[in-house]
Amino acid sequence: MAPPRAEEGSRPPTPRRRAGFDARLIGFTEELRGEGVAIGTSELLDAFAALHEVPWDVRADFKEALAATLAKSPEDRRVFELVFDRFFFRAAEAEAAVQGVTEGEGFEDAASIDVDALREAIANALQDGSEGAMRDLARLAIAAFGERGEGSGVIGVDVQRIRRSLGLRAEPQPEFPEGDPRRDGVPREQLRKFEQQLRRELERGQIERTRQLPPARPLSELDRSLPGGPIQDLAAVHRVVAQLKRRLATQGKELRGRRRHAHVDVRRTMRASLQTGGVPVELRYRPLRPRRPELFVLCDVSTSVTSASVFFLSVLHALHDSFRKLRSFVFIERISEVTEVFERERDFRRASEAISRDAGVADISGYTDYGRVWTEFLAEVEDDLHPRATVIVLGDARTNGRPPRDDVFAAIAAKAGRTFWLNPEPRLYWNYGDSVIATYERHCTAFECWTANQLEDFVKALTAGSHAMPRS
Amino acid sequence: MSPVEPTSVAQVSDGLRSVGYLPGESTALVSYLAAKLGKPVLVEGPAGVGKTELAKALSRYLGRELVRLQCYEGLDEAKALYEWNYRKQLLRIQAEASGTGWDAVQEDIFGEEFLLARPLMTAIANPEPVVLLIDEIDKTDQEFEAMLLELLSDFQISIPELGRVEARTQPVVLLTSNNSRELTEALKRRCLYLWLDYPDVEHELEIVRLHAPELGETIARKLVGIVQEVRELDLKKPPSIAESIDWARALLLLGAEDLDAQTFRETMSVIVKHRTDLDTVAARVGVRLSEGAAGGAASR
Repeated sequence: MAPPRAEEGSRPPTPRRRAGFDARLIGFTEELRGEGVAIGTSELLDAFAALHEVPWDVRADFKEALAATLAKSPEDRRVFELVFDRFFFRAAEAEAAVQGVTEGEGFEDAASIDVDALREAIANALQDGSEGAMRDLARLAIAAFGERGEGSGVIGVDVQRIRRSLGLRAEPQPEFPEGDPRRDGVPREQLRKFEQQLRRELERGQIERTRQLPPARPLSELDRSLPGGPIQDLAAVHRVVAQLKRRLATQGKELRGRRRHAHVDVRRTMRASLQTGGVPVELRYRPLRPRRPELFVLCDVSTSVTSASVFFLSVLHALHDSFRKLRSFVFIERISEVTEVFERERDFRRASEAISRDAGVADISGYTDYGRVWTEFLAEVEDDLHPRATVIVLGDARTNGRPPRDDVFAAIAAKAGRTFWLNPEPRLYWNYGDSVIATYERHCTAFECWTANQLEDFVKALTAGSHAMPRS
Repeated sequence: MSPVEPTSVAQVSDGLRSVGYLPGESTALVSYLAAKLGKPVLVEGPAGVGKTELAKALSRYLGRELVRLQCYEGLDEAKALYEWNYRKQLLRIQAEASGTGWDAVQEDIFGEEFLLARPLMTAIANPEPVVLLIDEIDKTDQEFEAMLLELLSDFQISIPELGRVEARTQPVVLLTSNNSRELTEALKRRCLYLWLDYPDVEHELEIVRLHAPELGETIARKLVGIVQEVRELDLKKPPSIAESIDWARALLLLGAEDLDAQTFRETMSVIVKHRTDLDTVAARVGVRLSEGAAGGAASR
């Protein structure tokens, strides 16, 4: 796990080694670029210069020096962390496989491990958050429950199986005795870290057995996407929203320079010219009024997209100052207006609880029924729709085999000025299976929306009031 | 103040500690790199995590003068770089009006004597090395950012009438940003990047202890715990480190023995500064604290 130089810090680097390392660092930046971090040559040079100044045998220094020169925004930094771990883990393992270094079986007497004591030790370590202990315990856990390294062959499955056998859950488990940390549930963040350690140790074992690296995977889209699963921490959501709010609050001023050339207000110019005997000496311009759209937002809250929807709604409501009017609806099989919930509740979690409790949008099956939703929506807001209104639909356009009723949707789109569709699925999955986004796309503009950046771009374009939307 | 040249990361870390700033793990390293490589550092993070304080601490530790440029909307070259002292120029022209030709006067009035140095100019022209702090760069517009590029990469300023002014010494440059708008790639490319976030419990506890050493151990720990909890709430303005220090000092002044519900209600305005936030915090955090001594609870 340590950078490959770590174990040979004492040896004087021979020229060949040195070149090898340079190439490796360039490989690392290549990989970062592949994940979308913009790294220029000057940054690469900075990284080399910085590495001259720090000791390489301190993992934290080595990593921070690279991070300070290569990753220049919080988002880039997050990708950097993931790529750094993956890259140097693989590099170290590849070297170990080549040189035939193994860690040995380690725990010959796995049968003699006191399983209950181990369970408790792990739960306690998670509670205290001691990083060092976690790795050792992960290995012990694999030895005890991992069926001596055989397992199912799919690492993700093994990780979950081991976690279950340890009785670790984030939810409170009242069946455990008083004082057991598992009773109140293990902190999610810690649990995630432990799962990562397990995964890593299992991978290491696999590489040792097979003596080759598994094919490299690009970073899972999930790692960087919008809060999708319940595991994602809410603090991250808040940070994204807070930043969005601030950026959007300042963007109007920023645009001023570019839009300096306003339209001449002929009437006022003529009027002013009276002072100068009818000669228009001073031109009067039309004031720039920010466009404040009227929004109707329709969000699917069926299980597949609920987090993205609630997140999107809380973003919009956090920004309600920018809109003349904002009405939000959630739907599964029927629709229900939730504007009030968001006006009342500023907390993301409580809003989503309130929606699932009160909205009553699931009827019988709990599957989305777009046809019925359009009909109900049209009936409810038909009189309010006008050419200056904007309708935004957030959903995956998966009809579960029910009729899409795009004729009704077309009627809505015809009445409203602008209609947008935000799809929280990557474009790759569109129109596969029961997704009928193409049918609706004829009547509206559809966007992918599964990362914070895409969402930000969309909201920005929406509030800037420009019709030309960036397609990213 | 004798200038210090750090030779290792640990030295910077200790040095910053000795002047009353407790650096996180990456802060010391990036500061060291900044001093060594002579590259500007872009420090980003939420408000109140000690970005400006870092620059001040660095200047104290390195024994260099701190030159500060506070950015704001509408800041222009005349306020940031230099300006011609036109009153003095006029006086000069008047004094020499008779007799001297235009060429001679022109030679005269565009000299360093008539130049009013603004912060950036001061930092460049200073014979001693300085720490230059460009605070809240995100408040300015992109044009100003572009103007900074020459300064940041080559440490020089071009004055059309006078020529180029080059830095005599290498300043340590810190730019801070609250991330309220995306800075340009060109600026970022020239800087090292440091993201400062709210510290974790232990680190913040250490900071509070450093600034309010008389505060009892248990109460300090409780205080930090509460501040961290309050930050997790969705507030308009989460409490900063400076505010937890203020709070610790306030508790000291009041002679509080323990941080119970009543003390919390009375003093929470130190850390929470919005009407709506006060309600949220009182409802979420305040109620969970144990009621204080019976007398305190009854008096309400």
